[in-house]
Amino acid sequence: MVQSLDEAYELLAQDRNNVILGGLLWIKMGRKQYQTGIDLSGLGLNAISETEDSIHIGCMTTLRQMEISPLLLQWFGPLFSDAFKGIVGVQFRNLATLGGSVYSRFGFSDVITALTALDTQVRLYRAGVVTLSKFLNMDQKRDILEKVIIKKQVTQTSFQTLRKSATDFSILSVATSLCKGNWKIAAGARPSMAILAENAAGLLSPEPDEKTIKAALDRVVNELSFGTDQRAGAGYRKLLAGVLVKRGIEAICR
Amino acid sequence: MQITCRINNREFIREIEPDLLLIDFVRSLGFKSVKRGCDTSNCGLCTVWVDEKPVLSCSVLAARVNHRIVTTLEGLEEEAKAVGRFLAKEGAEQCGFCSPGLIMNILAMKKEFKTPTTDDIKQYLAGNLCRCSGYESQLRAIEKYFDLEGKNQ
Repeated sequence: MVQSLDEAYELLAQDRNNVILGGLLWIKMGRKQYQTGIDLSGLGLNAISETEDSIHIGCMTTLRQMEISPLLLQWFGPLFSDAFKGIVGVQFRNLATLGGSVYSRFGFSDVITALTALDTQVRLYRAGVVTLSKFLNMDQKRDILEKVIIKKQVTQTSFQTLRKSATDFSILSVATSLCKGNWKIAAGARPSMAILAENAAGLLSPEPDEKTIKAALDRVVNELSFGTDQRAGAGYRKLLAGVLVKRGIEAICR
Repeated sequence: MQITCRINNREFIREIEPDLLLIDFVRSLGFKSVKRGCDTSNCGLCTVWVDEKPVLSCSVLAARVNHRIVTTLEGLEEEAKAVGRFLAKEGAEQCGFCSPGLIMNILAMKKEFKTPTTDDIKQYLAGNLCRCSGYESQLRAIEKYFDLEGKNQ
């Protein structure tokens, strides 16, 4: 267990086989052998706090903490509880960390899908503060994700997903949000990482009629790419995207 | 490395390997209620509490419970018996291998919910797999258990 982020980074840089430990859930599943596991548990990075204009969530905060946080509920509705409730089980979510989920850039990540639908930044030890989408697409230099920062603005949200069983990975996940008249539509588990359907969202007015929604849905399936993996084919995901985005928009309009 | 922790109200100071998992640590100390089911962080059989919160002991490094409080089924004998009676009465107890983990999570849920709905129960216990029961008998037992607990309060 390290005493500071400086010490953590020093250790990380020392050996390619040293690794920052999140909740251990994913790392433990692989065959890769690591030299030194670096534990950030002692740095007080396991809390959700607020400043005047944003909410800061430390990298060691568990998914369960976010799921039951009154602060997150107050600003973003039940986005995180809806997005996380299907992730294995309560015991798993008491271990899985936000930092582990985001830094690993998992394609299947419901966590990244939910965060993508908000105004989200991450703070990295070396690269500083960057937007979530920039972080997800930048070169994967070794760094430490210190915290996630979400702009504090009341946002209506909806999280839609389809799974083969209640606690399996998402076949496709969609997070939709409406904030100050602006829509965001994020789709993840395509099966690649969550991405915004910006053109489709741009078509929507604050109170879209059926025709507008239909146009946005057509745009979503053309604007985003979908792939095939063991869970579903690209064509199926494409069909599914239309359905889940529609449900998301309607849930917010209702 | 050396760790100090309280397990079921007893203090343990032990020399451990840094990569030792909590499940193997508590079992080596004789707390054999903690079962290894899937070993892939999925089945909930290895559930213990760390600082009162239910976690999968197959996915926690023993090093991380240094100076923390661990509770296994052995530390909750009376409460566990009460739940167990309900499970047995509904025929939910078949091979019994998943029961310790299930009961640990039911008792954890009891701390968060006074009168959980059926959906609350399904949601909270979704990470506890059972290959015998088909879950219906367990659900009946748990609903009756919370019903009685609610009336007792």
